[in-house]
Amino acid sequence: MRATVWLRMVLVALTLGFTGGALAQANLEINTPAIASLKASMQSRHAQLAGFYASGAVGLTRDGNIALRDANAVPLAQRQQVNSLVAAENQDRAALYREIARANGKPEWENDIRATFAQRWIEKAQPGWYYQNSSGSWVRK
Amino acid sequence: MYRKTAIFLAALTGALTLGGCVTINIYFPAAAAEKAADKIIDEVWQIKKGGDAKNGDKPAAAQ
Repeated sequence: MRATVWLRMVLVALTLGFTGGALAQANLEINTPAIASLKASMQSRHAQLAGFYASGAVGLTRDGNIALRDANAVPLAQRQQVNSLVAAENQDRAALYREIARANGKPEWENDIRATFAQRWIEKAQPGWYYQNSSGSWVRK
Repeated sequence: MYRKTAIFLAALTGALTLGGCVTINIYFPAAAAEKAADKIIDEVWQIKKGGDAKNGDKPAAAQ
């Protein structure tokens, strides 16, 4: 008698466990207010950054950030502006990676998420933009 | 005697399987992360999927 009850309980636990595991694998949580506001801030900044990507002044780094790679491509009057754009963008990106990890209850995933983004930014970059390859040198896409 | 062993084995199997599931969860879900990254990047860079619709998601209206 008791064995049957036990078995039943074990079966229920297994089913729940598998379902939970499968669900957790399917998608990452990215719909939080913090992530939404980071996206919005990066989206509006992109309008200002796009020209610098195209001119090669700013490139995508292999660690999921952006960097000023050729200051000479920026008119003197805009250098201060491009520096602060790059700094602000990298701050938002760091916060984004951290927030996604936290929203999924896995703060320790932050670096994996950063690495995933690093690849995907480069993959989705437009032709002509610069990115850092795995050895750290700049490549024109 | 046998029953006790059976119960013990069943419980052990259950515990191990659950443990396995938890272990799977700890691994980084690379495919899901890639999907999430793509979605966010498309929004930040305003990349439209499926070509030339320029204004919002109006499906290719004439004109």
